[in-house]
Amino acid sequence: MAILIDAGSRVMTQGMTGRTGQFHTRMCREYANGRNCFVAGVNPKKAGEDFEGIPVYATVREAKQATGATVSVVYVPPPFAAAAIDEAVDAELDLVVCITEGIPVHDMLRTCRRMEGRRTRLIGPNCPGIITPDEIKIGIMPGHIHRKGRVGVVSRSGTLTYEAVAQLMEQGLGQSTCVGIGGDPVNGLRHLDVMRLFNDDDETDAVLMVGEIGGSDEEECARWIRDHMKKPVVGFIAGVTAPPDRRMGHAGAVISGGKGTAQEKLAVMEACGIRTTRNPAEMGRLLKSALKAA
Amino acid sequence: MKIHEYQAKAILRTFGVPVPEGVAVSSVEEAVRGAKALGGGTWAVKAQIHAGGRGKGGGVRVAASFDEVKHFAGKMLGMTLITPQTGTQGRVVRLLLVERGVEIEREFYLALVVDRSSRRACLMASPEGGMDIEEVAMRTPERIRRVFIDPLAGLCASEADSVARGMGIPESALGQARSLLLDLYRVFVGTDATLVEINPLILTGDGRLAALDAKMSFDDNALFRHPEIAALRDIEEEDPVEAEASGHGLSYIPLDGSIGCLVNGAGLAMATMDIIKLYGASPANFLDVGGGATTEKVTEAFKLMLRSSRLKAVLVNIFGGIMKCDVIAAGVVAAAREVGLNVPLVVRLQGTHADLGRKILAESGLPVISADSMADAAQQAVRAAGIPSGEEASPWRS
Repeated sequence: MAILIDAGSRVMTQGMTGRTGQFHTRMCREYANGRNCFVAGVNPKKAGEDFEGIPVYATVREAKQATGATVSVVYVPPPFAAAAIDEAVDAELDLVVCITEGIPVHDMLRTCRRMEGRRTRLIGPNCPGIITPDEIKIGIMPGHIHRKGRVGVVSRSGTLTYEAVAQLMEQGLGQSTCVGIGGDPVNGLRHLDVMRLFNDDDETDAVLMVGEIGGSDEEECARWIRDHMKKPVVGFIAGVTAPPDRRMGHAGAVISGGKGTAQEKLAVMEACGIRTTRNPAEMGRLLKSALKAA
Repeated sequence: MKIHEYQAKAILRTFGVPVPEGVAVSSVEEAVRGAKALGGGTWAVKAQIHAGGRGKGGGVRVAASFDEVKHFAGKMLGMTLITPQTGTQGRVVRLLLVERGVEIEREFYLALVVDRSSRRACLMASPEGGMDIEEVAMRTPERIRRVFIDPLAGLCASEADSVARGMGIPESALGQARSLLLDLYRVFVGTDATLVEINPLILTGDGRLAALDAKMSFDDNALFRHPEIAALRDIEEEDPVEAEASGHGLSYIPLDGSIGCLVNGAGLAMATMDIIKLYGASPANFLDVGGGATTEKVTEAFKLMLRSSRLKAVLVNIFGGIMKCDVIAAGVVAAAREVGLNVPLVVRLQGTHADLGRKILAESGLPVISADSMADAAQQAVRAAGIPSGEEASPWRS
């Protein structure tokens, strides 16, 4: 089933009735099987109403009970977004995709702690979302640039992920699932978590991993790949030219105390047997050549 | 967001963390008056800039008389202080903190940071106070103790005691250390800080603990719930170009290369800088125009780039998703005309309505170099930047 989501997923939208939520709910519903997938919205003030035929419930729990939805997507504004994730976790959903950018990091520390030992997985925040092409898209990525295929994509960026997908398409390579894990320092699924899922997925043959400066997620993932991965992985890290101690747009993209440089990440990845490129225009070709070599 | 030492100490004081008595001043007269009001026989005169390593650049002096206070204050105010953290251009000192001198028996190190890997607040403590902690971490990592704090339970008293003992705080001061550590954690969470660093924490001759220096940074995303902290922002300490850019909703960092970059998305913006470097030139800036690259935003971005005397070409790299390329193209054409862009402009559009966007550029009658891939765009920009600009009037003015 690719990973995490497929045409059978049933999704509720937290923050559906806001401007962003409305726009993207429409786009997601129009994509592939979206009309069947997006079944509920949550807004305590608008319970009983509907948005273009999608019923609104007061709570996540009610929406789950009424529609069977087990996935939620969050467009709730930053001050309230962590509480929205908490509510989805308490309702024992399988997956929460949080698009919201700008959530306070202390909120995310508490939310991630509350998630420990629970069944819910979190993608994001501050991410484009997740798409299993030609089946379902949950998030804000342009659906039309994707096609169904057998390459998995995991990335911390938004538009750079689209760039990677476009390069795969030029090589005639479709995608099993593309996961944007987000650019915040404290987030849900990391490269490593997504890599494990791709490793176990029958519909994924190879993985393109797109990272950026800051933190050590890519290094941790690389070491796991060295010991466990059964499929070819290629990688690119953005920010070779980024100056230290400067936050490069994303809250998480910063080289601090000399740690988290692109050079260091690339070196670890290469030492772990991952084919990398310094050229962001070569991601698609590199993946293609890795598939051929495999 | 960063704040000054004197502001950080004021916050610490409100949370009950002991700090030396002091007063922030902006003139020599105020400095002397402040020292007299504080009393005592020695005073620390400390330059207030948003950068560490001040002592190494002559930004921290101990005065043993009012004359010395006057002398040091006179020297520091208005000086350009260069420290290992300011870069070669340094920072102009406009504010001083004058503190009553304290007798230092021992020095320790304390900090709270957000640790992304463990998704916890991390308390770092060391008996090696007053040193550059990165150096301690490199040379004697065993001298730094790290405690990861459960955000739901908070720091507990027994953990605090164990940390204090590990730092070598004498038994007689353990009670003080415990409350100081608990207060410090309350400051960290209560102000949505991303860093609280006390270096050094001192034990005075009469057995009291105090934060002799303090550094704090805050989460920009949480300032909405701390207006009193947001008000502490000192715009003079920020790069004026960056501050202006943020006012227009642009994430902009000036760099020292010659190719301006205008990109949507932080990851793609970094990748664009990287590919410019790969093809032999250097980026003049980092710029993420974000999700809505309106004509107004693109115009402001061009204006910011044009401030650089080194600018030789501009590369626009847009991957249209929700944001459509034709809208961007129209914005780029309007902005280029408005600012009278006088360097070559390479535009690469990909994604939603890319063809329409390219058509708009082609039909604009402006000498836009259209590129069809990221590599092509970077190569064209580097090539275009190599062409010496002639004396002829800018083709952009309509």
